[in-house]
Amino acid sequence: MKTLRILSLAILAFFASCSSDNDETVTANELDGLTKIQEMTNDTHVVELYSSTGTLQQGHNAISLRIKNKATNEYEKNATVSWSPLMYMMSMQHACPYSAVTKTSGKETLYNGYIVFQMAQNDTEYWKLKVNYTINGTEYNVDEIISVPASAKRRVTSFTGTDGSKYVLALIEPTNPKVALNDIKMGVFKMENMTSFPIVNDYTVKIDPRMPSMGNHGSPNNVNLTQSATDLLYHGKLSLTMTGYWKINLQLLNSANEVLKGEEITETTTESSIYFEVEF
Amino acid sequence: MKNLFFHIALLLSSAILTAQEKDSLKTVPLEEVIVIGKKTELHQKQSKPLTTIDEYLQQSNKITMIKRGGYAWEPVINNMATERTLVTIEGMHIFGACTDKMDPITSYVEISNLSEATVTSGQQGTCHGATIGGAIDLKRNRSNFSETGWNGALHTGYETNSNQKIIGTAVNYSKAKFYLDTDFMYRDADNYKAGNNEEVAFSQFRKFNISGTSGFQWHNNKLIEASVIYDKATDVGYPALPMDVSLAEALITSLKLEYKPVSTVLKNWETKLYYNTITHRMDDTKRPFVPIHMDMPGWSDTFGGYSKITGSYKKHQFQANLNSFYNQSKAEMTMYPNNPNENLMFMYTWPDVRTFYNGLFLEDRYEFNCHSSLQITASVGNHTNEVASEFGLQSLQIFYPDAAKTNSRILKSSASSFAYVQNHFDYVFGLGYGERAPSVSEGYGFYLFNSFDRYDYIGNPHLKNEKSLEINASIGYKNKKFSSKIAGSYFHISDYIVGKVNPDALPMTIGASGIKEYTALSYAEIFNLDVTAEYQVLNSLKWKNQLVYSLGKDNNGENLPFMSPFRYTSTLAYQNNSFTAEFSVQGNAQQDRFAPKYGEDNTPDYAILNCAAGYLFRLEKTKFNTRVGMENILDAKYSTFADWNNIPRRGRNVFLNLTFSL
Repeated sequence: MKTLRILSLAILAFFASCSSDNDETVTANELDGLTKIQEMTNDTHVVELYSSTGTLQQGHNAISLRIKNKATNEYEKNATVSWSPLMYMMSMQHACPYSAVTKTSGKETLYNGYIVFQMAQNDTEYWKLKVNYTINGTEYNVDEIISVPASAKRRVTSFTGTDGSKYVLALIEPTNPKVALNDIKMGVFKMENMTSFPIVNDYTVKIDPRMPSMGNHGSPNNVNLTQSATDLLYHGKLSLTMTGYWKINLQLLNSANEVLKGEEITETTTESSIYFEVEF
Repeated sequence: MKNLFFHIALLLSSAILTAQEKDSLKTVPLEEVIVIGKKTELHQKQSKPLTTIDEYLQQSNKITMIKRGGYAWEPVINNMATERTLVTIEGMHIFGACTDKMDPITSYVEISNLSEATVTSGQQGTCHGATIGGAIDLKRNRSNFSETGWNGALHTGYETNSNQKIIGTAVNYSKAKFYLDTDFMYRDADNYKAGNNEEVAFSQFRKFNISGTSGFQWHNNKLIEASVIYDKATDVGYPALPMDVSLAEALITSLKLEYKPVSTVLKNWETKLYYNTITHRMDDTKRPFVPIHMDMPGWSDTFGGYSKITGSYKKHQFQANLNSFYNQSKAEMTMYPNNPNENLMFMYTWPDVRTFYNGLFLEDRYEFNCHSSLQITASVGNHTNEVASEFGLQSLQIFYPDAAKTNSRILKSSASSFAYVQNHFDYVFGLGYGERAPSVSEGYGFYLFNSFDRYDYIGNPHLKNEKSLEINASIGYKNKKFSSKIAGSYFHISDYIVGKVNPDALPMTIGASGIKEYTALSYAEIFNLDVTAEYQVLNSLKWKNQLVYSLGKDNNGENLPFMSPFRYTSTLAYQNNSFTAEFSVQGNAQQDRFAPKYGEDNTPDYAILNCAAGYLFRLEKTKFNTRVGMENILDAKYSTFADWNNIPRRGRNVFLNLTFSL
């Protein structure tokens, strides 16, 4: 009988410890793979910005955020969030392409979206991010300068197409390129005015990855990017046959298959006027 | 191709027509043995005993050597190169570690290690594994429990062309129950000169080889033997290739148990376990123009074993061999961009491929009577490839998205050969069927640059087994003064593996013409015919002749590469007691049946003259063997069909070989 009692106690203890473990993992899991970029503060809340690297940079940025109530020290779980980045230049101000902010699925306190900074900051010009959020019908906002340094490799390009429109192209994936047939994802945006950069539909992005350091050789079986009906972004396949520095030469085609920008690579044309860079 | 069938029909019918008379000669051995010699006295009958294993092998009618420089030639059997043949050292599988075939197995052994090379054609060579073209089994040298005590030898040689210096030693100790053999050989050669005194840059090499074998007999019929070979070549130039080799290193070890049962049926039971490891490093640092510097190391490790039983029962002589090996082949390529801030460019050219093979071979030779015998062989094996590197597998999936991590196949073979001897004549007729798996390069190679056709090759993991249907026949005649043999073989090879241009893919190597992916032709045909004739002119003078002709076509009637044109050797050999002298002429007809698709071009005909003389001094047990000779006397500048990128062969060369043994 004694052994039975010890055994049942042990089992109880085991389950108790398991359940407490689970609680801890839930909170810990909230921030899995995320590092804090900065905090933005107003009278009532602290808005924490996160990314996988803990920094922002020129180009596409996947950003997560959470809102801490200063009074309760609790994270808000039912906020409606939006944001608007704005660049303050010497002569003007403009926005950039960005997504809506949605509650991160599977998480309790996180919200996420993306912002494409088509330009980097410099000594005199900078980005500010305004986060608007509504909790229980009350509207709040924070507005602070954020740091957007230039990226080491080119991952965003803006240009005027042959149709006279201005476009922004951003490389989203691969974030960890491999010697393989990688999934490649881009955002294609049209600059309607200084603050509106909607996604364009039914275009095609042709890719031709090359290694300029090695005779500008290419790679086989790339798949040009076309728009996905689900996320509205552009998806294709990028084959990288070795590690090193790759230049992904681009051509943007409209829905009528007319080239708006970019050149085909030939013996004499060794790079396109629009390209991205990948190095690993 | 109808021609081929005609030839064969002719051979066949003549065999049948003359098969009526009676004779008392022994039945014909099916394999050809190239004698290299005991280590204390490398073969006395060779005019140049300290020559390389490559030149020994070249004496066979069945073998030609593809040359990429002065060193490490690739043996080709019945006009089929490494992938289609099987080269073993006493049954041990060894796989080269170079993706560009710069290190055939024969480059990791020395003549001082070997006593003979057994060359078997086609399916006669499947005892140790699957093959299509045939097999070479290199037999090691051993004292074999003779009561000779200590003995030793010192070999030294010099060649004027290439300034090659050779030095070797052999020290052996042998008693009735124990023996220990050791030998060492070192070769150092500068660039050789082609005809007209033209130096061939990057044709130098340096290597040494050391080996030891020891046997112990603890019972009348039980023995154990351990052996090890260590071979290291450094600074090897490959003038026909864009890169040289800074290191080719092999360690080859084995442990053998042998049991000779006291039984009327079982004669011998031999079991061997072996391990060998090869490291190979290519080197482009000495080349004057290198568009991009790259490192290309390769490694090949093989574990294996076999257990072989031979015996006889009534008129049957039988053999069974159970054999396995596990090979790991890995090769990398790292390229260094000119901008030092850029990341290195890296890829696996062999993605750590593990090959596991298990096979059973059975042979039975039935003697009907003193005239005729029938030999039947059959084998079946299970061959598995696994790509162990995830990185490498994903690389390959760029070309073959559904390439699997593992791939298993069954390899079957069977052959039968009927021999008939009678009245100075002997006849052999054989049929065979065999399969082989694609090689590591053919199945899994990634951007392997072939400097012959200048394409980057990509392996294909979906290749089927290559299958060969083979017919062979020979007729021999022999009397006291004259002997002659004519032998022919025809191979119909289905799913013949070749590289095919992929016009959509861009090459990787700077200067390459494009990409070839390994694929299979529906079939190819190869026909070989060789004639040997020997005539004893005088007691001391012999005239030997060899003629070889080959033809290879694919299913569209186009030529296959590396098919020998008509080639010939004629030798007058004089021997009187201890003095020998030899004069030979050797040549090829024009290679006008070349295969431009695979990078071949027209090769003009050539003929060269060689001479040699030797004297063997004896003083009781001490022997001093001197050989001196001149090769390519007229200093002809030439290259043959088998010279990679038409690299010219050696011009005039004077050699001196000395062996002192006691």
